[in-house]
Amino acid sequence: MEVKVLKDILSANNQIAEQNRRLLASKKIMAVNLMSSPGAGKTTLILRTVEALQGRARIGVIEGDVSSSIDAEKLSQAGVTAIQINTGGGCHLDASMVNSALANLLLDDIDILFIENVGNLICPSGFDLGEHLKVVILSTPEGDDKPHKYPMLFANADALVINKTDLLAHVNFDLDGFKSTFKGVNQRAALFAVSGVSGEGIREWAAWIMEKLASVRSGK
Amino acid sequence: MHEMAVTMSLLDLVLKEATRAGASRVVAVNVVLGEMTGIVDHCVQTNFELMSRNTPAEGAVLSFRNVPKQARCRKCAHVFQPTGICWTCPKCQSAELEIIAGNELYVESIEVE
Repeated sequence: MEVKVLKDILSANNQIAEQNRRLLASKKIMAVNLMSSPGAGKTTLILRTVEALQGRARIGVIEGDVSSSIDAEKLSQAGVTAIQINTGGGCHLDASMVNSALANLLLDDIDILFIENVGNLICPSGFDLGEHLKVVILSTPEGDDKPHKYPMLFANADALVINKTDLLAHVNFDLDGFKSTFKGVNQRAALFAVSGVSGEGIREWAAWIMEKLASVRSGK
Repeated sequence: MHEMAVTMSLLDLVLKEATRAGASRVVAVNVVLGEMTGIVDHCVQTNFELMSRNTPAEGAVLSFRNVPKQARCRKCAHVFQPTGICWTCPKCQSAELEIIAGNELYVESIEVE
């Protein structure tokens, strides 16, 4: 006997993601899923953003790594509320991991929640966490051909942050060419070129985050 | 590597649907898999064989309908399959594209007894 199913394989994950979204909405929190290769600068971008938004927004972080709590400690030392998830080998975060982490955070003290995904350009893209924004970070030493090699991640991003612009003179990365090829796979994403080291571009990025927070809160 | 998580969700979904249909055994599973998901079907196949042991889905034959990525040009509406590292419309050379197929990841049907 044939049974029609027509259901998304990840529907169980998507349902928990929906619960997360509702919980975050009830606490007026904007969640940002940060995805990149290992070492592209996710933690550094969070630190710079915290500095830029000092006194304007309270930031919490869920740190996803295969193992260790190095990143959460780095953030805690800087005074940021951070909670570490170790996936124990898993290559991405899923909605239930985020759900457990949310239960251990003081949500009333957070305006913006950064969810730092496991460093990986493939696996995180398929898993909805209940976030409002998907942000991809690409650092210049990784090369300007990545959007075509990992199209799903780039095509679904709400923003792309090109990090390590301070290294542009030393690496083979055509910034203008990259911007146009990226726009080829993703028209709607906001684009930022930043340096976590020199601070270039951080103000523009932080302003965009505040704009998004305002629109999430006004329900737009 | 996330094929493991995907296969686990697939198996859960298949077993739930089989129970709902009052079936005792799953004979076949038909999956639709878009190219953009990056999921490798033979990994899912191997994982499924291992994970379904001692469940009503043990021995079920998995069939994959692979959906290639497809884009629509926002300028001239031409529909085509982007290839290579430069995704531009073969008709008008515009790079303003919308991906209209290739993100699929669902179970179309199952065959049960």
